[in-house]
Amino acid sequence: MRPLDPRLLRYSAAARGYLAVTVLLGLAATALILLQASLLAHLLAAAAAGTGVDVLASSLAALAIVLAARAAAGYGGEVTALRAAAAVKSQLRRRMTDHVLALGPSWLTGHRSGEVTTLATRGLDGLDPYFARYLPQLVLACVVPFAVLIRVGLADPISGMVIGVTLPLIPLFAILVGLHTRAATQRQWRLLARLGGHFLDVVEGLPTLKLFGRGKPQAEVIGRVTGEYRKATMATLRVAFLSAFVLELAAALATALVAVEVGLRLLAGHMSYSTALLVLLLTPEAYLPLRAVGAQFHASTEGAAAARDVFAILDTPAPGRPAGPALPTVDLATDTIRLTGVSLSYPGRARPTLDHVSLTIRPGDHITLTGPSGAGKSSLLALLLRFAEPTSGRIEVGRADLAHVPRDAWRRQIAWVPQDPHLFAASVAENIALGDAYASREAIAAAARAAGADRFIDELPQGYDTEVGERGLRLSSGQRQQIALARAFLRDAPLLLLDEPAAHLDAGTAARLDAALTALVADRTVIRVSHDLKRALGRIFTLDHGRLRQAAGGSKGSEGSGGSRGKAVLAVTS
Amino acid sequence: MTAIAPARPGTTGPDSLFRLLRLARPMRRELLLAVLAGAGGCAAGVALLATSGFLLARASQHPDIVAISVAVVLVRALSVGRGVLRYLERLFSHDVAFRVLADVRVAVYRKLERLAPAGLAAFRSGDVLTRLVSDVDATQDLFIRCLAPPLTAALVGAGVTTAVLLILAPAAGVLAAGLLAAGVLVPLAAAASARRAARRTAPARGELGAAVTDLLNGAAELHAFGAVEAGLNRARAADAELTRLARRSAAASGLGTGLTAAVSGLTLWGVLLLGVAATGAGALGRVPLAVITLTALAAFEVVTALPAAALQLGQARTAADRIAAVADTADPVRRPDRPFPPPERPVRISIRGGSVTYPGQDTPAVRDIDLDLEPGRRVALVGAAGAGKSTLVAVLFRFADLSSGTARLNGRDLAGYDPDDVRAVITGCAADPHIFDATIRDNLRLARPSASDAELAAAADRARLLDWIGSLPLGWDTPVGTHGTALSGGQRQRLALARALLADPAVLVLDEPTAHLDPENRRALAADLLAATAGRSTLLITHDLEGLDQVDEIVVLEQGRVTERGTHRQLIEAGGVYHRLWQAGRCADDRP
Repeated sequence: MRPLDPRLLRYSAAARGYLAVTVLLGLAATALILLQASLLAHLLAAAAAGTGVDVLASSLAALAIVLAARAAAGYGGEVTALRAAAAVKSQLRRRMTDHVLALGPSWLTGHRSGEVTTLATRGLDGLDPYFARYLPQLVLACVVPFAVLIRVGLADPISGMVIGVTLPLIPLFAILVGLHTRAATQRQWRLLARLGGHFLDVVEGLPTLKLFGRGKPQAEVIGRVTGEYRKATMATLRVAFLSAFVLELAAALATALVAVEVGLRLLAGHMSYSTALLVLLLTPEAYLPLRAVGAQFHASTEGAAAARDVFAILDTPAPGRPAGPALPTVDLATDTIRLTGVSLSYPGRARPTLDHVSLTIRPGDHITLTGPSGAGKSSLLALLLRFAEPTSGRIEVGRADLAHVPRDAWRRQIAWVPQDPHLFAASVAENIALGDAYASREAIAAAARAAGADRFIDELPQGYDTEVGERGLRLSSGQRQQIALARAFLRDAPLLLLDEPAAHLDAGTAARLDAALTALVADRTVIRVSHDLKRALGRIFTLDHGRLRQAAGGSKGSEGSGGSRGKAVLAVTS
Repeated sequence: MTAIAPARPGTTGPDSLFRLLRLARPMRRELLLAVLAGAGGCAAGVALLATSGFLLARASQHPDIVAISVAVVLVRALSVGRGVLRYLERLFSHDVAFRVLADVRVAVYRKLERLAPAGLAAFRSGDVLTRLVSDVDATQDLFIRCLAPPLTAALVGAGVTTAVLLILAPAAGVLAAGLLAAGVLVPLAAAASARRAARRTAPARGELGAAVTDLLNGAAELHAFGAVEAGLNRARAADAELTRLARRSAAASGLGTGLTAAVSGLTLWGVLLLGVAATGAGALGRVPLAVITLTALAAFEVVTALPAAALQLGQARTAADRIAAVADTADPVRRPDRPFPPPERPVRISIRGGSVTYPGQDTPAVRDIDLDLEPGRRVALVGAAGAGKSTLVAVLFRFADLSSGTARLNGRDLAGYDPDDVRAVITGCAADPHIFDATIRDNLRLARPSASDAELAAAADRARLLDWIGSLPLGWDTPVGTHGTALSGGQRQRLALARALLADPAVLVLDEPTAHLDPENRRALAADLLAATAGRSTLLITHDLEGLDQVDEIVVLEQGRVTERGTHRQLIEAGGVYHRLWQAGRCADDRP
């Protein structure tokens, strides 16, 4: 893994500024280390020569200032780092959420939204140690050894040579040992994670284990598995810890080597006491940052990994806005939608989700889509909502190609009742007025009444102001559906998309929902996905393995659809 | 299921930490070795610099080479010893940590095994159980990061101070004060201020989490209703608030580093000042001056890990509290001291006037239940969600006790048997059966480890899984993934059914075996399981009335009471609740 990902600097201005400050602070810290050693050496040597405290007062004062400055630099550096980390996290988080929304709902399917949420919150917090500890140490590791080498070399070339020869051995050994153990160590940590997973799996499955009399014997299995794991891990660690061992041994040996070599020359009178002390005090400082950066590296891996995941998302290209000389305007109250040979394939799936689907939807049409789960019913709605674009084929609206119509303008003419509506952590009223922040309370209440939701809303503790969703009141799935219907009523759009609105509901709730739906579908173009053909509207189509077929039963009278736009007509043109 | 009493409010941190550490008591020797190795390594580091100082100071007096030869040897030995002891410390402490982990895991597991599932109701919600498991895993850090560093620091700090005391008493006083401040006061202050900062940012964190969750889980709705910008703005506002608080608390978080550096600098300066003054006064030679100064310079390495340890200790304490809360939970089921001998087949069960009231609840979950399960008869228990069906199942599985009334198994009190013996004859599928992250074979064989391949195949065949298993490239050895995610919902339920059939209990209990399936799958599985259970004692719990004309008795539960019972024909003719439910179901499930 790279110590500093250049994308971090590209994506975050705060990171660029912080890096510059850290380099400056690192240079200052280096200067203070050199000053401290010089002053200490001078003071010890002068005192040894019999100089009194009064004469050394200025040097002592200078040392006090240097020590205070080191403490201040340490404090200032950490505070700056944590502030920078907060700013960088904020920048990355905003860029990521903006980009993820631009990537659209079809990208966010499956486990992804959970993973991205974790990444945006806890995951990015791993950047704190990366900024506060690792990066400053990295700067010090680049600067201090050279500064010390030069200072010692100037004072005593022979000691400078000893350091100059041993210093490169540290990264060399670290790399050699690291290469040797990395694969084994990673395998072992993965095993540890799996073992943790195994324990969780067993605990979650306890009722099942007990049912089959396997509950008590499993305790021994857990003890045995953990014990075996310990033995295997210790075998790996014995080698993995060698890299730290080599680092420490090299640093300590170099100090010992310099101390003895300087001591012998001092004994022979080839060197002054203060120079010898300076060399001794500075030698460990040359190795310290190298050891520290190695130790901090592990603490910061989580943050670096989180940052990499964020960059991977940011590097995913988002669908662009439609570009054209004149963006067409469409009106679904009068324009016909034509799908011609439309296919949709998701990457990584062998079969196309939709396979050459052709369908004409005239204003006022009522269409029911059925078919087994996974046949592509929701995907067809996703195309109409423009959560996905056809892989091949055309969708035309009136005379325009749908791909050229701006998404927002298009979606304004659609009301959608999804299969499992999401309630936002906001009030009931705000949830109904989604997308229409200026809706009046009367309009919201009227929509709720039309959807049959007013009865349960009135019984809520704060009525329309009751908080629902993630951190508020949990509503039943029937109530959530009714809120979604109220959204659709308030939206009052010419095209209505209904995705299995009565699935998973008990009979009573389904009946109430049906009554509301009858009112909603009047005077609108409706496409309804349903398992339940008792409730089918208009013409019935079956989707099977992505292929659209008109159902053998043909059409059902679309009661309630005899609105101003005339009787539903539907043509299959494939 | 209802909640059990949460952690006792009186449970205090240290108490639960010590309880956890008591589990590590058998490892006292290993613990001691690890601490000694760590202290030895640290001491060698301090001694290396001090001896080097001695070497130079003495050499600068130009004595005979013999005078420094011991120091020369010592310096070399210390430099090697330091590395070796550090290495050993790492090995010893990790070994101990893994041993502690194994003990804690087994101890927590044994308790959870007694609690599951009724006693775990309080821990089931959300990710509490996941957190408990990671709490257990975190105990391995408790030793490496929280326990060993302070012990090591105390040992080395005492040793170093004593050494300086022999040279210059006032300097030893300054050093001791400095080490205590940096090793005790600074870590406590740093941990406290970090905790305060975390408490301050906690609500903003929660707000951000909710905003991002809303933004991502509701992305489709936001797009469809043109509300993306509003959603993003809410997330941005939450982000801005958290960032503002984090920036404000950065000053407090940096305190540990700054204070440690300040204290160590001040101490070094104080020792040097006293030393230089003493030397100037002729009371101290150049050699001891160099030794005490370099000792003071090196000594603070032993306390650098302590602020982090104090912080970690706070987290470990929270984890220990949660583990203690589990340990303190009362067992949900009474175990007889002297149980009856295991029941013999065939098995007859008879419940009379059975009621169950969960602790902390006013109204019983079920009341006045009469139920008979006779050999070879199939009984269906129907009712809406929350009617008490699963509570009745819990009584039969001995996961719950009756609060009043009697339950008899072969004429003797059900509660007088060992719960494991009862489950050996009455078992099946609980609601939401767990599929383990293992192969299909292992998931099935769990029900009867001694089963032959032919028996496995027969059970899979009756659950109509055999052809599908045969079509898989890895066949029986196909891994099913965590929670069986590699399988479809129908396959998971069928696997659970096959497992129950393989167990071949005297009374087979199937709790909502067709839940979470789409209508086609539900109908197919319902038909298959009715065929597979023909002629065996079965209790089928369902809210799906498909095919119930085949069972011998239907019991309708409403709000914890039996409101109707009889055959399908009788109940349809009676025209009650069952009739209404049946009609509604027929309407909803009408086929094309």
